[in-house]
Amino acid sequence: MTGLFDIYTTLFRTDLAVQFQYRAAMVIWLIGRVIEALVFLSVWTAVAESQGGQVGGFSAGDFAAYYIIMMMMGHLTFTWFMYEFEFRVRSGSFSPLLLQPLHPIHRDIAMNISYKLLTLVVMLPTMFLMVGLFDPTFNTPTWAVWAAVPVVLLAFLMRFFVEWALALVALWTTRTEAANQVYFAALLFFSGQMAPLALMPEWVQSLSALLPFRWMLAFPTELLLGRLEPEEVLQGLAAQVIWLGLAWGMMGLVWSRGVRRYSAVGS
Amino acid sequence: MSYLRLLWIFLRIGVMNELAYRANFWVQLLQSLVSMGVALAGLAVIFSHTEELGGWQPAELVALLGVFFLMSGLIGALVQPSMQRFMEDVRQGTLDFTLTKPEDSQVLVSISEVRVWKFLDVVQGAALIGWALAEIGLQTGFMHAASFAITLVAGAAIVYSFWLVLATFSFWFIKAENILVIFQAVYSAGKYPVAIYPRWLKMAMTFLVPVAFAVTVPSEALLGRLSTEVFWGALVMAVVMVVGARVFWLWGVRHYSGASA
Repeated sequence: MTGLFDIYTTLFRTDLAVQFQYRAAMVIWLIGRVIEALVFLSVWTAVAESQGGQVGGFSAGDFAAYYIIMMMMGHLTFTWFMYEFEFRVRSGSFSPLLLQPLHPIHRDIAMNISYKLLTLVVMLPTMFLMVGLFDPTFNTPTWAVWAAVPVVLLAFLMRFFVEWALALVALWTTRTEAANQVYFAALLFFSGQMAPLALMPEWVQSLSALLPFRWMLAFPTELLLGRLEPEEVLQGLAAQVIWLGLAWGMMGLVWSRGVRRYSAVGS
Repeated sequence: MSYLRLLWIFLRIGVMNELAYRANFWVQLLQSLVSMGVALAGLAVIFSHTEELGGWQPAELVALLGVFFLMSGLIGALVQPSMQRFMEDVRQGTLDFTLTKPEDSQVLVSISEVRVWKFLDVVQGAALIGWALAEIGLQTGFMHAASFAITLVAGAAIVYSFWLVLATFSFWFIKAENILVIFQAVYSAGKYPVAIYPRWLKMAMTFLVPVAFAVTVPSEALLGRLSTEVFWGALVMAVVMVVGARVFWLWGVRHYSGASA
């Protein structure tokens, strides 16, 4: 256990140093995330205004709070491995990772977390700026803030394992682009990004309870808005744990088969 | 005349290159259909709660979406691949082969690569526009059609010049393509009418990244809601951008001394 701890400390140190080199590029990537949140926020604010200030129990201030928190949740939980694995396999940079006496997932976890720590330096001021600009209404009870700690952590872990397992598809085919697009389309509608799930059609809402996406984004966001009862939070936590277990199992299975199947491009 | 011939040759090479990878056609078709489906489903969700968005009716927004896909198809097929190739050439030093050719360097760089399958987005955009117009039952007179065509060409010229200016920066900054990420982010905001955005974002979408001229203005022309001032404004902007980008390009080429020098 201390071995793994030492490994992670070293990984964090080197990753932070590496990524600090690309700070300008990093800030530019964040602009996309902020604009995405702004687009949905503007759309729904316009809708609320055309409906006399409220739509489906959301006022303009509620939408502002919703999309500011959604932006932060998206930032904290997102991964880029579904895009990167194809490149790793195609360029051959996946092979050296296999030679190390360390499961590559540890490197990726460390890199993802250190990236987020660094970028929070930009994201937090952005968040406060948006709070100042859009006048959001928060009704967050104190217990919800504490409950958000395990909820956000679980959301991060389950999304990480789901996407890492799906990224491994690149070991079978290096044309994962279209499949990724389908995944992100589903994420858009079932996670509450396109609209709060309460505004979605009935069937999307019931389907979203069975899919993992809602538990990645909508659940922590609604919790932090103070829109959930304690029982709902417990149900959500249970769903997150179940999905984490499923994703973990799937990842292990796909990994052992994928590595056996993989035979380095160019060999 | 020789430029047209050059364009034709490069187009043919591009087609032949892509025909070698025929499966890409199906992948691109799937991707185009998914992104259209996502955009239309998004509109369906929005319009289940309201009758209009920022003064636009549902069918009008479908027309806007059509123009959006049409323009992104043109960018994706013609502009973006050539510009990315150019930036790669600057980094690797292979640009010298282009510069030593006895033709205009801007023309050569701008037509160096064509992604044929991206034209599927153009087809899809045109289909959306046709469907939306039939839905609205708008009598598109000659004037409408003409002002749509003119603003569309102006918008395309503005976007092309914008990309050329950004790409020219790579003579000095090797990592200039990161700026293109900003383009993608702001451009995707063009799926909705510019009117709904906060003032500063509206300004950014008009002058910083010209998505308003590329998508919103032609759509307004198509639906006959474009004011005369904006029409002429788009034309002036197009001329300024094309001339400005040309001057900046020539200046950049004069100061370029090769990757290894």
